[in-house]
Amino acid sequence: MSELNQKAVAKYQNNFLKEVEERVEDGEWVSMCMQCGVCAGSCPLGPHWEHSPQKIFRMIMAGKRDEVLTSDSVWMCTSCYSCIVRCPRKLPITHIMHGIAHYAHRLDVAPKGQPTRELARVFWNNLIKTGRVNELKFSLAVYFKDGFSQGIKNLMSMQGIALGLVKAKRLNPMEIIGGHKCKDVGGIQKMLAKAKEIEDRRQGYSS
Amino acid sequence: MAEMKTAAYICSGCGLGDKLDVPQLAKIAQKEGKMALVREHDFLCNAEGVQMIRDDIEKEAVTHICIAACSRRAKTEAFNFPTVAMTRANLREGVIWVVSEGGDHDEVRQEMADDYVRMGCAELKKAKMPEGNPNHTHLKNLMVVGGGISGMTAAFEAAETGYEVILVEKQAQLGGWADKLWKRVPFKAPYAEPQDTGVAELAAKVSSHPLIKVYLNTTVAETSGAPGRFAIKLAQESGAITEVSAGAIVQATGFTTYDINKLPELGGGLENVVDHAGLEVLAKAANGGAIKRADGREIKSVVFLQCAGQRDDTGRHLPYCSGHCCATSIKQAMYFKDANPEVNTVVVYDDLRVPGMGEDFYRSAQHKGVIFAKGNASKVETAGNGCRVNYRDLILDADSILEADLVVLATGQVPSSGVNVVEWDKLTKEADGGSVEAKQQKSELKNISILNLTYRQGPDVPKLKYGFADSHFICFPYETQRTGIYTAGPVRRPMDILQATEDATGAALKAIQAAENASLGRAAHPRAGDLSYPIVRLEGCTQCKRCTVECPFGAIDEDEKRFPVFNEQRCRRCGTCMGACPVRVISFENYSVDTVGNQIKSIEIPDEFSEKPRILVLACENDAYPALDMAGLSRIVYSAFVRIIPVRCLGSVNTIWITDALNSGYDGVMMMGCKKGDEYQCHFVKGSELAGYRMSKIGDTLTGMGLEPERVSTFEVAITDNAKVAGFINDYVAQLVEMGPSPMKGFN
Amino acid sequence: MAKKNYAFYPGCSSQKGASASNFVPSIDVMCDKLDIQLNEIPDWNCCSASIGYGEGGQLSRLVLNARNLALVEQNMPGQDLVSGCPACWLATRETAEKLSEVDSLMADTNEALKEAGLNFKGTVKARHLVEVLIEDVGFDAMKAPVVKPLEGMKIAGYVGCQTNRPFGIAGESFENPQYLDKMIETVGAEAATGYEQKITCCGGALAFSEPEKSQKQIRDIVESAYDHGVDMIVTPCQLCQANVEIYQSEINKKKGTKLAMPVVYYSQLMTVAYGGNAKQAGLDGNILRPQKLLDIATK
Ligand code: SF4
Ligand code: SF4
Ligand code: SF4
Ligand code: SF4
Repeated sequence: MSELNQKAVAKYQNNFLKEVEERVEDGEWVSMCMQCGVCAGSCPLGPHWEHSPQKIFRMIMAGKRDEVLTSDSVWMCTSCYSCIVRCPRKLPITHIMHGIAHYAHRLDVAPKGQPTRELARVFWNNLIKTGRVNELKFSLAVYFKDGFSQGIKNLMSMQGIALGLVKAKRLNPMEIIGGHKCKDVGGIQKMLAKAKEIEDRRQGYSS
Repeated sequence: MAEMKTAAYICSGCGLGDKLDVPQLAKIAQKEGKMALVREHDFLCNAEGVQMIRDDIEKEAVTHICIAACSRRAKTEAFNFPTVAMTRANLREGVIWVVSEGGDHDEVRQEMADDYVRMGCAELKKAKMPEGNPNHTHLKNLMVVGGGISGMTAAFEAAETGYEVILVEKQAQLGGWADKLWKRVPFKAPYAEPQDTGVAELAAKVSSHPLIKVYLNTTVAETSGAPGRFAIKLAQESGAITEVSAGAIVQATGFTTYDINKLPELGGGLENVVDHAGLEVLAKAANGGAIKRADGREIKSVVFLQCAGQRDDTGRHLPYCSGHCCATSIKQAMYFKDANPEVNTVVVYDDLRVPGMGEDFYRSAQHKGVIFAKGNASKVETAGNGCRVNYRDLILDADSILEADLVVLATGQVPSSGVNVVEWDKLTKEADGGSVEAKQQKSELKNISILNLTYRQGPDVPKLKYGFADSHFICFPYETQRTGIYTAGPVRRPMDILQATEDATGAALKAIQAAENASLGRAAHPRAGDLSYPIVRLEGCTQCKRCTVECPFGAIDEDEKRFPVFNEQRCRRCGTCMGACPVRVISFENYSVDTVGNQIKSIEIPDEFSEKPRILVLACENDAYPALDMAGLSRIVYSAFVRIIPVRCLGSVNTIWITDALNSGYDGVMMMGCKKGDEYQCHFVKGSELAGYRMSKIGDTLTGMGLEPERVSTFEVAITDNAKVAGFINDYVAQLVEMGPSPMKGFN
Repeated sequence: MAKKNYAFYPGCSSQKGASASNFVPSIDVMCDKLDIQLNEIPDWNCCSASIGYGEGGQLSRLVLNARNLALVEQNMPGQDLVSGCPACWLATRETAEKLSEVDSLMADTNEALKEAGLNFKGTVKARHLVEVLIEDVGFDAMKAPVVKPLEGMKIAGYVGCQTNRPFGIAGESFENPQYLDKMIETVGAEAATGYEQKITCCGGALAFSEPEKSQKQIRDIVESAYDHGVDMIVTPCQLCQANVEIYQSEINKKKGTKLAMPVVYYSQLMTVAYGGNAKQAGLDGNILRPQKLLDIATK
């Protein structure tokens, strides 16, 4: 168990709802869910999920901490906002789902190797380096995230697509040695470091 | 009384003149209808036409008029002649609007109109202008039984309207159930917090009102009489009896809570399991501070189990939803959260039902941190120092457990409605048959009676369902099946305080209306204002008791010689007694066996070779007749072979009409009335039920006449069934055509 | 007529050589014809898209978007921030709204922004390019420059998610927005009525991590378009365009289907209708050739 996680458990003991309310983005909304199930029925990938938003919220209220934080489902959100616009209680469901995923990731209890989780990590690293996302590097990183030989295999399977994009000038092989970048990368990095610092302090991860 | 002088007025407006041979109609009125005066007019309902009629009444001393124009339901303001007897021949909605267009149909259209004119004249000759019940009464005060929120509200509202009220309460103080509450569910914006009950203020207002006389520690020992003249004996705790009288009665006797000892599986009977009432006691004791259990321990966690012993389909508990208990549990959960937000409060529900502004209240509880879990509790047991609740989480679809210091069961309301008169009736029969046991049981039952009515039909008002004292749930809230007695609050149906307040106001107004109508010799709802009343020729009575038994409103008692005693003020003028009487000695001035019978006999029956069947339709004037009019209004075509007569209620249909019709050569009879059975819509409760029963017995008679039983058929028609009703007619006519003409044709 | 000025936020995918780069030329032509002047925000940064939440906390993401807003506030006073990318628009608008609602977040954000030498007061409005077209320009003015009406073309208007939810365009219904169909009709083509997949999620955010599941979404979107007998799909969203177009060949390979439904941007339709050539409309950037549109463009 990660240290952050241990601390969280100690701090909130059995009150997972309170933990979510205080630490998860928009978590204070969870208890307003009236369990109607509209979100579960609206979610495009819903059938593939073990835990619909409705269930996740019920699990939080029932104190099922481990099940929620290790759930694969919170990583399945496509940010389509279908649930948000339909929820009769106006819960910011999408944000809460993202918030839970982020929190589980932050405590390092989120499922290991969860593809979206890994992708998110790669994406952020890509972004933080230049201030903008470099699609080629991002894609390559995605394909190589499971190691070199798997990466080649992944790449080969998508070769047609990549070549098509290159031809259409929508994927630039030259980017590998340069590409787009903000001028004030330094400022951006400092700014993000500061943001993290503030947030850690507010959430009680650091003092 | 002035000599009878008849007149018929035939209108040719609204297209009647184009479609019909009006002069021929006039001739029929004169020759066959024997009307002393016959006039045609091309716009009868305009000022000039109405004036013409008025002039005839004044100058020609006309006492009876037949208006052959539109439906009796149309132009009632124009055709309002209170000093004469009147009939209406429905040529517009009943003929030209429903018979197919075109020359091919001219003949049948005209025949139909001819017959309606004959019928209007025939009816008129047997009708009298109703004079009103001569036994006027004058009492207009109310007695309200029950001093809870409903009773106090009814008393207060009536008193504020200017009527005197006698308020009777069994307990030593006013307040009832609401007085036992710490707070009530909010009834004012923003609907977020429990509110003060307001009982003390209301009780003070009631006690000090100059028009209200409060009797505490008092029960009703006897109620006799009728609206406008109820005579009541009040029994004080001391044993003293006070005699009072009232014009109408509001019964607001509330409810008791379902006994939690009947719910052992949910912990009923365990030390730390209470119902809502039990929790209110704890909350009152805490007085806003931390709520403690009976053993003095502060409650840190509490679980509410909704629908405890309610909405039960096993037949063991209450089958219905009491409506208030979801909001009540929310309120009580807030008691805890408001005293200490750290208290863990979980409400286990199957459906959360918080009607009206309850949704805001529910949200407010969520804001306060009350947790709502959709689930079904299966077992509550003692565990450690508290309870363990085993339940199925219906969202996670998993068996789950909750531990709590206290469990609250949301049990339901059981109406305090007194004696079940059906049971009473059974016991009466047995006792009359000599059963000592039944006699004994009867006197025990009498102990729980609330009104102790001296009515032949039993000591309390009849129940609609599950013991609630209601009558017609759609059309007439507050009405009971005892005229002049209105129920309000949870004795009528399960409800919360807010609803009970509205209910009480409505019932009070209804009661005032009943007393006022009685004082004018008029009927109460739904024939409010009707001046006719049942008149019985006792010389012919065979003491068969059918009228006393079948009257849905318990209006008829029996005297020592077992003759019926009509309490006209209790009568709703449905005519059920008239339909019941085998020797036909009961009638109303403008509605009798003869007014209808004469119409039936007046029409011309074509012979069996004409291929023109004739079908008599007896249509309930509350729903079926309006539906037929609506069919006309929407120009829905139906067969021109029917002849329709509106009746007050199918219950008023006397079987003589049916046999007379068939004897005179009609090919069939359709009876159209409201829905019967558990979900009845009969405006007089039992009318269509009784008609159905009577018709089921008529089969033998028909067979004896050599007729197929299908020649008499009953149909359920709601007021919205305009399209359906035309279909019924057309299908039935087709069926009769198939069957061939009645063999009775030509015998008369 | 004087041109209206807007601070333009192109977003990562519209950069040169990126997946939506063919979007840009058509936007240029369209805006030129409609007197819209887009001024690129100097040194804008990524919005963190919808996937940024995994690693980046709430404040980090707010700060990223606040930087762009602050750049506009500081350098382009009075101009609305306009993006053609729904994800960028959404992230920026959510940030602007959140910061104006929660004072403490505004304070924290500015504390972080200071590190990059910036400050945000909250005066900038974040808008979508389509909003500008509908609210500021209007359908009549959009119709005026049409010289080659796209007659004989039937097109499925695929709105997708984020242009539509949670904010919506011009107050239209989330369940059945009409503006895209109206735009199709404005340029003289026929809109497929009752297109079932109009607001379906293309699964774009999970295209990499959950390919099976997102490709199922794409297949539904394309097959329904075939059912309506359309010549192509039009969309306002980069992610939708890329996903729905690119993965058809993948689906064909895996499922043995023969999907080849062109997917274009509304701006490409407008550019062609306004008389632009294939290159100006960025049609060379489409992987599945929108033949009918090409024909009109080269006529
Ligand atoms: S926003 Fe996420 S959780 Fe909501 S419906 Fe879309 S995919 Fe599901
Ligand atoms: S739609 Fe909203 S209220 Fe309904 S279950 Fe989902 S989050 Fe809860
Ligand atoms: S009000 Fe609620 S608790 Fe009461 S019976 Fe109805 S559903 Fe059950
Ligand atoms: S039904 Fe007729 S005969 Fe029978 S008791 Fe009544 S009045 Fe008499």
